[in-house]
Amino acid sequence: MVAAGLNLRLTGWKACATDGERNMATLNPEELSPPVAEMKPAVVDINAEEVRKELLGKYPTKVARKRAKQIVVNEIGPDGAVPEIAVNVRTIPGIISQRGCTYAGCKGVVLGPTRDIVNLTHGPIGCGFYSWLTRRNQTKPRGPEDHNFMTYCFSTDMQEEQIVFGGEKKLKQAVQEAYDLFHPKAIGIFATCPVGLIGDDVHAVAREMKEKLGDCNVFAFSCEGYKGVSQSAGHHIANNGIFTHVVGLDNTVKEGKFKINLLGEYNIGGDAFEIERLFEECGFTLISTFSGNSSYEYFANSHTADLNLIMCHRSINYVAEMMETKFGIPWIKINFIGAEATAKSLRKIAKFFDDPELIARVEEVIAREMPAVEKVREEVKARCAGKRAMLFVGGSRAHHYQELFREIGMETIAAGYEFAHRDDYEGRRVLPSIKVDADSRNIEELHVEPDPERYRPRLTEAGVARMKEAGIELSEYEGMMAEMCSGALVIDDISQFETEKLIEIYRPDIIGAGIKEKYTIQKSGVPMKQLHSYDSGGPYAAFKGAINFYREIDRMVNNKVWKYLKAPWQEHPELAAKYVWE
Amino acid sequence: MKDHNAPYTSTTNACKLCKPLGACLAFRGIEGAIPFLHGSQGCATYMRRYIISHFREPMDIASSSLGEKQAVYGGGPNLKQGLKNVQSKYGARLIGVATTCLTETIGDDVPLLVREFRREMAGGNGHEDLPALVTVSTPSFSGTHMEGFQAAIKSVVEQMAAGGPATEAVNLLPGFVSPADIRYLKEVLADFDLTGIILPDISETLDGPAQDDYEKIPAGGTPLKDIRAMGRARATIELGRTLFPQETAGRFLENRFGVPWRPLGVPIGLRETDRFFQVLEELAGCATPPRHDLERGRLLDAMVDGHKYVFGKKAVVYGEEDLVVGLTAFLSEIGVRPVLCASGGHSGNFGEAIAAVTQDLLAEPPLVREGMDFYEIAEEVEALAPDLLIGHSKGYHLARKWGAPLIRVGFPIHDRFGGQRILHLGYRGAQSILDRIINAILEKKQQDSPVGYGYL
Repeated sequence: MVAAGLNLRLTGWKACATDGERNMATLNPEELSPPVAEMKPAVVDINAEEVRKELLGKYPTKVARKRAKQIVVNEIGPDGAVPEIAVNVRTIPGIISQRGCTYAGCKGVVLGPTRDIVNLTHGPIGCGFYSWLTRRNQTKPRGPEDHNFMTYCFSTDMQEEQIVFGGEKKLKQAVQEAYDLFHPKAIGIFATCPVGLIGDDVHAVAREMKEKLGDCNVFAFSCEGYKGVSQSAGHHIANNGIFTHVVGLDNTVKEGKFKINLLGEYNIGGDAFEIERLFEECGFTLISTFSGNSSYEYFANSHTADLNLIMCHRSINYVAEMMETKFGIPWIKINFIGAEATAKSLRKIAKFFDDPELIARVEEVIAREMPAVEKVREEVKARCAGKRAMLFVGGSRAHHYQELFREIGMETIAAGYEFAHRDDYEGRRVLPSIKVDADSRNIEELHVEPDPERYRPRLTEAGVARMKEAGIELSEYEGMMAEMCSGALVIDDISQFETEKLIEIYRPDIIGAGIKEKYTIQKSGVPMKQLHSYDSGGPYAAFKGAINFYREIDRMVNNKVWKYLKAPWQEHPELAAKYVWE
Repeated sequence: MKDHNAPYTSTTNACKLCKPLGACLAFRGIEGAIPFLHGSQGCATYMRRYIISHFREPMDIASSSLGEKQAVYGGGPNLKQGLKNVQSKYGARLIGVATTCLTETIGDDVPLLVREFRREMAGGNGHEDLPALVTVSTPSFSGTHMEGFQAAIKSVVEQMAAGGPATEAVNLLPGFVSPADIRYLKEVLADFDLTGIILPDISETLDGPAQDDYEKIPAGGTPLKDIRAMGRARATIELGRTLFPQETAGRFLENRFGVPWRPLGVPIGLRETDRFFQVLEELAGCATPPRHDLERGRLLDAMVDGHKYVFGKKAVVYGEEDLVVGLTAFLSEIGVRPVLCASGGHSGNFGEAIAAVTQDLLAEPPLVREGMDFYEIAEEVEALAPDLLIGHSKGYHLARKWGAPLIRVGFPIHDRFGGQRILHLGYRGAQSILDRIINAILEKKQQDSPVGYGYL
């Protein structure tokens, strides 16, 4: 354990060449950290390689060998190459992980935020109950006649009788019942662990009920929890299902010049509302979001858009690729987390459409929004610069939120995803070299072909060339590591144990993770921000979201509560001056 | 399981959680224990996140992380590897292994696997210092989180308690109550000068202090040596009327070790608490200490003072069966008319228990329904037109729709702060619930008033 009040210097750390400011913020922590009253902090060198060895040293040989490939020290090569990391492999039994299951990724993450599909969990009660609006997705029905089932939790509540004799009959009755009670446009069936084991054919039930009901689309997802290594498998299954059963059902071409879909945005804490406001002001027409503030009808019509924007690459890239193959819609990676990232993304979209009026309008919007952001940013940065963050979350958030921290002068010294794949870390350039293992193979890869009637490549060859010239990379994602500093630790599927070790060694100023980690981290005296469900905050996306986030982080890292952990009369009074920010 | 009269096949907006969650909660109240779920890792993750959102405390649950291969070939190797890792990485002194619907469906014989594990570990691998291992069968397709909770307590006692020379200790099996409730029970026992063994004891493990250094396994919980000594105690007080006809941990201790079993209702409200204190007086051989007498007196005084606000109000009470029984007993005492007592649980003893605590107080018995979900409760509410709802956070939508105040009690509470510190038990708990009910009624009255009177 590193002693209190020490100034921790990172050795072997190379700030990214592109950012002089970051260089300063990270290389001279002594100058930038607020002075510690009446203490002369000794400088302790921390080398990421050494830390890595220490983390691995505590494991039995077999576990250590496996984890060694999942814990790497970032190193940006001259050609931009980054080290290889082993990811998307099974969690070791008994090692308490952040990861969820396939069902959680499918029902909870991707389909959960859609308001007007009745999401019916086929299984015992727990799975449905635990995914009952717990992600804080928000939605805004267009009027009182609009369905909103997001506050509902539908389950077949399987009992022993169904486990023994089969659950299809009960499932059919439940579908019929949901139809009779609510008359939804669509019903999605989600299989939980026992369903696959007893052999219920959820797809056959869906087909039968769809035919029987006539005006209600019924489709099923084989998203049993034991499939795949994490919720990532569930994302893939959800993508396949929504693409097969919903996308392309409604060919109505909507008004609007610049038609886009936003993929991998889930409207947590109202993020989507903020992004939608910007789209409208810029003059983009949003056809559908997958799936924040979305509706079944938007999905059905989404193939009429001309550009797909990907926020969370991990959870939704499959739909983008399939839409490109089938309908000819190109996709680009964007990011609305961070004010600068938002401006950059808006400009990228405008450049794609290459319309002078649109480009001017986007610039206007950015110019209008930025002063308020800058004002708060400067104020907050004065108090936060030089502080350090660690992010262990999601399949894209650990990457995106680094932007926001950087904007207020905070460097991310260690990061990792919970359920990402190598392309999310190292960039899509490694896709051809990813080995498909048994766990990935059991998730169906759909064979998609261009639609005979509706395939319409939105970009001609000249258009593609123009994109290249304009620096817009189509179907490309560089991954998280390319944007992290050399010397930063990258850890996939971090365990509780490793988190505790990192806190001991680095004493970070804040950690971003999920609710399961929150109180463990805070009990160690380190503030923790929930980046899945945003604690009770948000929105954090786009410009207004950035302001919210700066303020929130300021409140957290400069909070004085930690110094009261020990009362004055308790022993070791010097511990009262333990933390660097005091 | 649905009520036999329920018109619906599916469960819409459930009023129950799944069985292994209850087992995890129970194990968390044992010193040095880590709950372990044998199944897919999603179960551990979901239950952790749910329990954490109520208690706002760390809640570790390990998992054997079964994949498709293990679902086909059996989860034994994963279970053993997981147990080994929990032992070495977390230093658990007890690992409570609960099954899930996955492993129950494929039929893994967990007690056998654990016996094998013990044998293998005893083979001189430097693992002689094995933690205590307790197994419990908790298939989610049979019963609710409360059955899981009680099953885990029963398993712990069955697999750990031993006989021997009698001690002065009194076993207290409180059921699933809040950390504040457990702290209260400890205080009462101490005031009676009784040595209590409370199982489980979540008073610190799920409501711990802020610390300088994180403890992998939080301090507190029922000490293992105390659990082992439960077979030698003077008596077992077991709380929960719906448990009475069942095979419980308390009944087991009586049958196996001859420890007298004193089943009681959960002490919520005046009379159920009186019964509890009466038993304590008997066991302690002394009168109720004055400060509890005073608390009782103040509660009665408040009941008289507050009567004008609550009399005749109609209430819907929902949640875990024994909690509802206790609350209903109390509501009847203060003049509130419980019109519907609903639970997602299905013990078969709910109606009888409600009748037992209300019969001489209510002119009209409430509607008592087992196996209910919130869709069905909402339908009943239409006809009953209640003035208030009492239960956990999942009733919020109904309360909002109906425009009635919701007094939050029990678990889960994730739309208010401090759920882990709600005191339900004893004269003090009743006092606090009474204050909250009356204030909710007054607040509603002010809100609904077109004038806005400030003197009520």
